[in-house]
Order: sequence, then structure tokens, then C-alpha cells
Amino acid sequence: MANIMIQRGSKTEYVFYLPKRDLEDDIISMEFNTPEKWGGEIKLNNGGCYYIEPQAAPARLPISLRAKRLDAAE
Amino acid sequence: MSALTREETEALIQEVLEVYPEKAKKDREKHLAVNDQSIEQSKKCITSNRKSLPGVMTIRGCAYAGSKGVVWGPIKDMIHISHGPVGCGQYSRAGRRNYYVGTTGVNTFGTMNFTSDFQEKDIVFGGDKKLAKLITEIEQLFPLNKGISVQSECPIGLIGDDIEAVSKKAAKEIDKPVVPVRCEGFRGVSQSLGHHIANDAIRDWVLPRREGKPFEGTPYDVAVIGDYNIGGDAWSSRILLEEMGLRVVAQWSGDGTIAEMEKTPYVKVNLIHCYRSMNYIARHMEEKYNIPWMEYNFFGPTKVAESLRAIAALFDDKIKEGAERVIAKYQPLMQAVIDKYKPRLQGKRVMLYVGGLRPRHVIGAYEDLGMEVVGTGYEFGHNDDYDRTIKDMGNATLLYDDVTGFEFEEFVKKVKPDLVGSGIKEKFIFQKMGVPFRQMHSWDYSGPYHGYDGFAIFARDMDMTLNNPCWGKMQAPWLKKPEAEAEQKAA
Repeated sequence: MANIMIQRGSKTEYVFYLPKRDLEDDIISMEFNTPEKWGGEIKLNNGGCYYIEPQAAPARLPISLRAKRLDAAE
Repeated sequence: MSALTREETEALIQEVLEVYPEKAKKDREKHLAVNDQSIEQSKKCITSNRKSLPGVMTIRGCAYAGSKGVVWGPIKDMIHISHGPVGCGQYSRAGRRNYYVGTTGVNTFGTMNFTSDFQEKDIVFGGDKKLAKLITEIEQLFPLNKGISVQSECPIGLIGDDIEAVSKKAAKEIDKPVVPVRCEGFRGVSQSLGHHIANDAIRDWVLPRREGKPFEGTPYDVAVIGDYNIGGDAWSSRILLEEMGLRVVAQWSGDGTIAEMEKTPYVKVNLIHCYRSMNYIARHMEEKYNIPWMEYNFFGPTKVAESLRAIAALFDDKIKEGAERVIAKYQPLMQAVIDKYKPRLQGKRVMLYVGGLRPRHVIGAYEDLGMEVVGTGYEFGHNDDYDRTIKDMGNATLLYDDVTGFEFEEFVKKVKPDLVGSGIKEKFIFQKMGVPFRQMHSWDYSGPYHGYDGFAIFARDMDMTLNNPCWGKMQAPWLKKPEAEAEQKAA
């Protein structure tokens, strides 16, 4: 599990930020993206893949979350 | 010499890598690249923020340097204790020329060195008692200090001292903030982690202190973040922002005070100059206090105007008009500077190797003078820095991350730039090679370089270095070939 931050992006809807590794990248897909259910598997532009527990969509971004690494790029 | 083609640059990198043993070669190869503007993501061409290779000459600093030297050090009304042996604090004392206003030793302490001066006894029995005593002594001798930060040096982490407990206890006793910072030098691969640790310490120990207290705000409050006032940089930036109608509440951290930092959560926008060292706190404030942040660049009139307009776009028409007024006011002055120096500097080629922001930020200023940056690199940049750099650099130019002494020398020999901009450790090597050099970490004891006023000084300094007559006198007169002499006479 890693602490991550999700914020709004300019090119894509969301940008992913992993402070520990200073990894900043666009999120190209998010499994659930509705106000009631938000999160799940997220895919990054660099090929990485993380999982955040599905939850109600946050009222405002950025937000810090815990995420599980499914498949890191590199 | 004309610009190198992509193939030539690639060949140059291979040639330089030739001398390394197989394993080292494989490692260093990832840190050297030819710029390709079509690449979206830097990690496809360059690796950064990795441990330096043992045995090569690197010029990186440590986490303590990043925290005490960069982020905390310039906060003028706090006392920063270099907790540990005496050397770390003493050899880095006042080297960065973070200017400030105040009476040193009375109400400001920027250029002074406070240390717990660890001896063998303290390593064996622990230094917590010494730290507690030191804080009491500081309070007696310098009662006008507004707070104390404890900057750990390597031994503190190694022997496991509990500086947090001492700090909490001392803070109650003296009724002032005492901030423990776990920035032991061995943490991380470069000073970059020190910035992060320092940001986290500010987040945990400074920002919450004024939560809920009244604050008289205006809609035009901003904070200047990541400007360390080197040679007065923050001052020449601040006047522009104030002239366009904004109110600068806080300066982080050049000429800054702890009171300003505590008030930052009330501003409307955080303006980030040094992205590398302070983006962490900006992200935190965006999340917790809902303060948007933006990066700006105050090097060279083109970028200043661009940035002023971008900043104004976040505010109402009054500020937008203010920005235009400021740009119009300085435009003729800047044109005069360019008219004077551009003919003397036109077409000159520059290679840079600096810290975490200037390798890309100063490119605009050089371009305003008609100069071209043909190679750039970061000491401790991360991937996102290179992402931002690729767009600013020309195609087929050199990129080097954490360049080694050998590589940098070879690159300069082959690329033959007219000017090299880097740190003090490189300065004398290149000057002895006959290459004009500017120390770009603290502006070669000049400055400011930020803002419109800074650009005039920047242009003068570049001209002064490049067109210095000494570069024609690198060869002893009796070794000069006769035809070269004739040529010189004709010229």
C-alpha cells in the first residue's frame, strides 16, 4: 500500500501523484467514475496500474488516498 | 562550430561512455540523452533521481543540505541548529547568499552558525541532553528569535536520538515553535529528499499553528514559494507582483519569517518558482486548504511577461490591467538592455548544469539575448523536471542527469560551448580549460537575476564573462604561433 494523491489534470481528467517515488502521471482509465462509486483499478500513462478501494466520489480534488500497486511500470 | 546533428550527439555520448567498465557504462548510459521534442515522457529517454555511481565524481549534496541549506536556512527570524558534528554547519554557513533585512544576531540569524558540536561522548551517550541545554542557552542569548529548528546531521539518525521528544519539551518551556527535522544526510540519493523532508516538517509543525486564528485577507493575497532570495531575487520578483496590484503575504523562504509561513494557508494562490524544492508543500496546501498553485518563471523579459499574464489570468480585470501596465512600463527598459547586449552575445552557445530548476528556467533569458542553450542537466532533478525540460530545449541538444566530472569535461571539449553555467566545483576546471564560466547556483556573487531588474544584471554579467579580454590571453606569448599573432593584430 502506498500513499498517493489524485488531482485534476489539464490533459486528462485525473493526475496521479506518488510522493514517495515522486511519480507524477496522467490517469488514462479509472474503473469506476460515477458520483456514487469511484475508484477501483486505475491505469497510468506510463503503463503502471494501481488499485484504490471504490468509494463515493470525493467532493473536491486533490485528495490523498491509499493505493495498492498492481503493476508498476519500469 | 555549428550545432551537432542527432547522430553526432549520439556518437558523442557513446564516445564518452567508452572509458567506463561494462557495468558502469550500462548505468550511466541511462542518464545521458539526446533531446527529442516529440517525446512526451522523459522517462523514455532519461533516468533521474537514482543513486550516484560509486567512484565517479558527482556534485550532489545531501538531505541535510537540502533541508538546512535550501528550505529552512533562509527563514531569517528562526535559529536553525545544525545538530551533530560541527563541520556540516560551518562549511555550509552563509554560502548561498540568501539576502535578508534585519540585524544579524539580534532579530535575524541567517548567516550565523548554531551547532551542538558533537564529540565522541555525545555519540556514545546520546546528545539529547546537550540539545536541551543548547536550546535553553539560545533562548537566553538570543531572546528575539521566533523559533528554533533542529536540523539533524547523520549521527543523530545513526545513534537514534529522540529529537522530537526534546523539541516538544523545549517548545513548551520557551513557548516558541521548536521544529525537529529528520534530514540526516544519508537519507535519499541527493539533496532532493532533504527538500521533501523539510516540506513535510513545515507541513506538520508550522502550517497548523495559526489555524482558526483571524486573518485580514484581501482577494489579491498571494505567496511567493520557492524563491530563496539569492542575491535579492525574491525582492526583484516581489516588486513586480506588488506593482500589478497583488499583495504578497509570504516569501518562502528567502527573506521570509515564520509568521509569514504560518499565514500562507490564508492566501488565494501559491506562486511556485522553484518547483523541485517546494511542490510538496504546494500540493499539500491545495489539498488541505484548497489553495491552487501555479509555476511561474521570472528569468528574461519574455518569460516574465508570459508569467505575469498567466498569474493575472487567475484574478480579476484590475490585476490583468495591472499586469499589462507593468509589462508596458518595463518593455522599453528591457528593449534597451537587449539592444545593448544582444549584438555582443548573439549566436553564442551555452551549456548548463545546475540544480533543480535553473537548467530549464534560464533558457528563456539566454534566448532573449540571442544565445542558444545546447546542453542542460540537473544535479537532482526528477522525471517531472525532465518532462518540463524537453519542451524548452532544442532538438538534438544534450541532456545529462547527475553528470560526472569526467563526462561534463568531455562534453565541453567536444561541444565547445562559448559559455558554461554551473557550480563552484566546476568553475575552475573550465576556466583553466579556457572556457568562460558563470557560477549559476548563487549567480557568481552577483544578482539578482529574477524579474526585469534582474535581467539587466544577467545580461551585463553574461557579457562581462563572455567578452572578457582574458580569454584571448590563454596562451603564453612565446608559445603563440606567428600567424595567430598577425591575425590578432589585423583584428
